[in-house]
Amino acid sequence: MRTTAVIIGAGQAGLAMSWWLAARSIDHVVLERGEVANTWRTERWPSLTLLTPNWQSRLPGFGYEGDDPDSFRTLPETIAFLERYARLVSPPLKTHCRVTSVRRTGDGYEVATAQGTWQCKAVVLATGGFNIAQPPKLSEAVPSGIAQLTPVQYRNPESLQRGGVLVVGAAATGAQLADEIQRSGRPVTLAVGEHVRATRTYRGKDMQWWMDATGLNDERYDEVENLTRARSLPSFQLAGYPDRRNIDLNALTSLGVKLVGRLAGIRDGKAQLSGSLRNVCELADLKLNRLLNRIDEWAAENGVRGDPPHRPEPTRVEASPPLGLDFDRAGIRTIVWATGFRPDYSWLDVPVLDRKGNIRHDGGVVTEAPGLYLLGLTFLRRRKSTLIDGVGDDARDLSAHLAAQLGARSVDAAAAN
Amino acid sequence: MAKAKADKPVNNGVNVEALFGAQEALKNAPEAAKFKWRATVKWIKGTHSRTSIQSFYGLGAEQKHKAKYDFDADHPEVFAAEDNAATPVEIVLAGLASCLTAGVAAVAQARKVQLRSVSATLEAGMDVRGILGMDEDIRNGFDGIKVTYKIDADASPEDIKAIVAQSQKRSAVYDIITNPTNVTVEVS
Repeated sequence: MRTTAVIIGAGQAGLAMSWWLAARSIDHVVLERGEVANTWRTERWPSLTLLTPNWQSRLPGFGYEGDDPDSFRTLPETIAFLERYARLVSPPLKTHCRVTSVRRTGDGYEVATAQGTWQCKAVVLATGGFNIAQPPKLSEAVPSGIAQLTPVQYRNPESLQRGGVLVVGAAATGAQLADEIQRSGRPVTLAVGEHVRATRTYRGKDMQWWMDATGLNDERYDEVENLTRARSLPSFQLAGYPDRRNIDLNALTSLGVKLVGRLAGIRDGKAQLSGSLRNVCELADLKLNRLLNRIDEWAAENGVRGDPPHRPEPTRVEASPPLGLDFDRAGIRTIVWATGFRPDYSWLDVPVLDRKGNIRHDGGVVTEAPGLYLLGLTFLRRRKSTLIDGVGDDARDLSAHLAAQLGARSVDAAAAN
Repeated sequence: MAKAKADKPVNNGVNVEALFGAQEALKNAPEAAKFKWRATVKWIKGTHSRTSIQSFYGLGAEQKHKAKYDFDADHPEVFAAEDNAATPVEIVLAGLASCLTAGVAAVAQARKVQLRSVSATLEAGMDVRGILGMDEDIRNGFDGIKVTYKIDADASPEDIKAIVAQSQKRSAVYDIITNPTNVTVEVS
């Protein structure tokens, strides 16, 4: 089969790109391994909520029309929302069509699936950056009696054994799971490395409102000071619960969660914990205060009135956090590895991966492989690239690049004739 | 973030441009980033020994300090020793102090903050019943280290705190002390 562009993945990124390609009259197909919003449907835990308020899921041609702009979507609501968007976009969609390989041909690409093979000029990888939750290598040394699971396998606290739970990692996922597991009566120990502290509301407005209004979410990848760092930063410690509660370390400590240092090793059935807890908390507090300073400055310059600035108290760290954890003695029955995700490119037969398995790209344009594009990754083109709200602007930019490239080629072809 | 004062160039004696240049160069040559640090030690008498440091390996080749540096170590008289030099654990504190302080200078330079003076005191607690083998529950090493910096610089107290925090984050000795390291000791 032949088409101009193949979009792989029918989540928010693939659908937004389809909208833009249709707007530019570029013939294309969207290939999806399962159904629309497949990762949301099959690889996330049921209590997950969006971290962004309802108003902030603006997609091309699709804004919020409900009467509850400030609430946060639940997982079923998020899936239904993307289904509605899919009906609006009505892309040329092939579901249950898993891509098995993408390789270069003379002047384009060949995309192989179980339902046949497509020849095309351009391929957009809209498969996301959070495909594989991989526990660190040291997990191999965990004693055999302890259950281990990743956030992809996790369903709810009740499906865990009774007893203590060690959650490793304190980004949004680790902090959310620590919060709900502790509330289920299973005592949680949280291993904390470098993290990004946040507060759900500030001066009476949602943190995401400030990020949007100040322009911080629009900060571009070619303007940010240290892009590698910006792309590898852990996510905000935020959740979107109806009570707008914080899930920062102080909130978790108040629930009874025990904070320990980063998991540094496992020896003789015992965890070794880093002595750096105090400093990573200090770094996160300083970073949050710098962000709030920027917000205050912006509010003053723009005459935005909010409640008076009230700064969160510094993260409470006990005087001598433990440096080791004897799983048996501490009653740890389960370890949850909230240590991050990585993308799956096992089906990509184009040599564009760096040493860490990521695709080398310039704002989503894979310059080494003309016609290949990436969408939906952290800080792809903007700070908001990782949000549903950010993927539309990225899709607009990349579809313009794609269209220009196709145009340039047809001009070349005409000149050659 | 500290703002540079346009009229006064910041100079803490750290060549940050060279460090950023090295970062760029090593991106494309990760093998050159692999260093080996070395020391040799000779027993003198009793608890007194002398460690010498001169060669190391890095940037894909053997390297040498400008001179051979010697570090004597001994135990104090309260341990019934001759006190010819500082104890090894104090030398560990010296390593941490120097590493963090070098980091403060480098981070301040990168953030365009002029330092006027930097000093710190370090104190580490230890229950010597551990090394005397009197109680298995007491570790040999420090039960904690407290570092207190005094810094005079062209920056707000918050920016100074951020420089010190970043210095810990990037410090080799801080990492060596706060995280476990496999140690292999052989006799040839």
